[in-house]
Amino acid sequence: MSSAIYFFIVGFIVLNAIIGMVTYVTLLERKFAARMQSRIGPYRVGPHGLLQPIADALKLMMKEDIVPRLADRRVYNLAPIVFLIPCMLIFATLPFAPGLGVADLNIGILFFLAVSAMEIVGLFMGGWGSNNKYALLSVMRAVNQIISYDLPFVFAAMVPVVLTGSLKLSDIAAAQPDVLHWFIFYPVIGQLAFVAYVVATLAAENRVPFDILEAESELIAGFRVEYSGMKFALIQLGEYAHIIGSSFLGALLFLGAWSGPGPEWLGPVWFFLKMVFMFLVVTWIRWSFVRIRVDQILALSWKVLMPATLVLLISTAIVVVWRTSAGF
Amino acid sequence: MDIEARQVLEMGYGGAERITMNMGPQHPSSHGVFRAILTLEGETVVAVDAVIGYLHRCHEKLSETLTYTQYPSIASKTDYVAAMTSELAYVRAAEMIGKIDVPKRAQYLRVIAAELQRVASHCLWLGTWCLDMGGALGGGATVFLYCIREREDVLDLFESLTGARLLYGFHQVGGTRYDIPDGWAQQCRATVDKIDRRIDEFEEMLESNAFFMARTQGVGVASRELAQEVGISGPLLRGSGVGYDIRRAEPYSSYEDFDFKVPVETAGDCFARYRVRMVEFRESIKIVRQALDGLPAGPISSRPGVKSVGQVRIPKGEAYARVEGARGEVGCYLIADGSAKPYRMKWRGASFSNLALLPHIIPGHKVADVVAIMGSVDPVFGEVDR
Repeated sequence: MSSAIYFFIVGFIVLNAIIGMVTYVTLLERKFAARMQSRIGPYRVGPHGLLQPIADALKLMMKEDIVPRLADRRVYNLAPIVFLIPCMLIFATLPFAPGLGVADLNIGILFFLAVSAMEIVGLFMGGWGSNNKYALLSVMRAVNQIISYDLPFVFAAMVPVVLTGSLKLSDIAAAQPDVLHWFIFYPVIGQLAFVAYVVATLAAENRVPFDILEAESELIAGFRVEYSGMKFALIQLGEYAHIIGSSFLGALLFLGAWSGPGPEWLGPVWFFLKMVFMFLVVTWIRWSFVRIRVDQILALSWKVLMPATLVLLISTAIVVVWRTSAGF
Repeated sequence: MDIEARQVLEMGYGGAERITMNMGPQHPSSHGVFRAILTLEGETVVAVDAVIGYLHRCHEKLSETLTYTQYPSIASKTDYVAAMTSELAYVRAAEMIGKIDVPKRAQYLRVIAAELQRVASHCLWLGTWCLDMGGALGGGATVFLYCIREREDVLDLFESLTGARLLYGFHQVGGTRYDIPDGWAQQCRATVDKIDRRIDEFEEMLESNAFFMARTQGVGVASRELAQEVGISGPLLRGSGVGYDIRRAEPYSSYEDFDFKVPVETAGDCFARYRVRMVEFRESIKIVRQALDGLPAGPISSRPGVKSVGQVRIPKGEAYARVEGARGEVGCYLIADGSAKPYRMKWRGASFSNLALLPHIIPGHKVADVVAIMGSVDPVFGEVDR
């Protein structure tokens, strides 16, 4: 019973921390993009626009909730929730510092990857239930894209797993105690896997240049074209939570999670900063590329990224076996 | 003829489920109010039906009620992205009928205005085109904002020249309405130098981007034959391998004095059109510099200052004047009856003819290419619908 209360409390804290992070990460992105584009960005609400996310959230809450007349009401209303749940669940197995997390499963990374792939169900429900042609095209693309990119994503994420020999996220973090042991600095394999990971997360998160399912210049807003108010906010929340989750995972797999200079209690801060770094990399790519076409996206996945990550994973395994047998 | 059925057969499609999707008239990338009815098979467009007319404002009829002094300001509103062009076409038509001389200084000023306008217009084209391909929430927006920044500089020049930023009323029958203010030439030189450098940056940013190349090369190919058959003009025509430019073929307003290249690309795809416009940027800047260097002294108009709007009377006659606008041939057909107002007027909008290319080159492409192709055609709907 007491463990149930513990999970409830920790889960509650993590959930709210994530929601808070999402709101401010959007501000960070807007400020960052504004600087890239020689603009100032949000500035009016609060000092340096710091209250902008709160104003946005309030605005979305007060918006009229519109359900299209011909929509499949049940599917349409359920979709944002179905979409949000996996995006939040991915944080369940993330350790934020040694022993600090909701549940450090021994198959943590598997859980993360499996759950994050589930968001497609909510996406598809939203696009189908809206009964809108733009939304339908968008989810058709989404299904193609997410299925194509999940494999390279998993293969790239498996490289640190093979190097560590454990599926448990805290073990993977513990295997990178200092900068030299971060997996991104592992000769050749580390860098290649990191690049593959970033590309695959871009696609899995539906960010430019892979945001063909939002594609507002062709499909207006894709699967969420009919959503408004809080339902729209939930979808947005889920999307950014997914990005933050993937950034955390990337920081954990390749950038040594909480390892960094200073006392041990600084660990979570380092982890957070690394997550922000990963997020900014994604943002930087987003604001400097044009979107690629659906057939090009699929070709890139199946013809380049898939074989490349597969070869990478196998060679990682060979290297690990060779190192163990050679005894160093 | 059932265009849809024909194209479906030609492409070897048929039987699969088709959906009809409406792109526009309110759509983020329709560049105005344009409706394209797309017939899709999956993601592939098999037919496109272009619907125009949402922005019709009776420009041609309106011109019959306005005098030769008043209308140039209204002519700006046909192509509001490159307002100087249509003004020039109109006053040239009137000058041709009345056999009115234009002083050399006014001719040079007209050239400067026209070429700066081309730079400004191409800036907006590049920005919006990248916006179409890259998304308002992505890299496209970055290019867009950079381009708008440069365009603003040109508009600042126009503002100190005419007092207006979008619709100028700079030209008048017999010359120009305003002379350049003090220090303007220097400011203009500085601006074009800056834009010249920035164009290099844009080129580097875009052409080193594999995704940009993948989205533009081989997309929306218009062959030389098709281009001539449909009657497109301007950068589109030159992108399809026809080196036709009115400034060269039929020089007006002293264009024969200037040394400039007419860029031609043979591929006919979106990337070729992009290349043509990027070279035109530089050629326009070159012409502006030459015109500033050789700007002769003298009057800016061969007619006395305007005292009343009805003062300019054009003798009976008719003429077709054409100029090379940013989007192609802008023509004005004018019939004068000896009074202060034209008897009849007809516009030939470059975008209108260029838009006719869309149903020929879009089918067979994916939905995402539709916006890329439409953007590369660079339509301005004020000029299409008039």
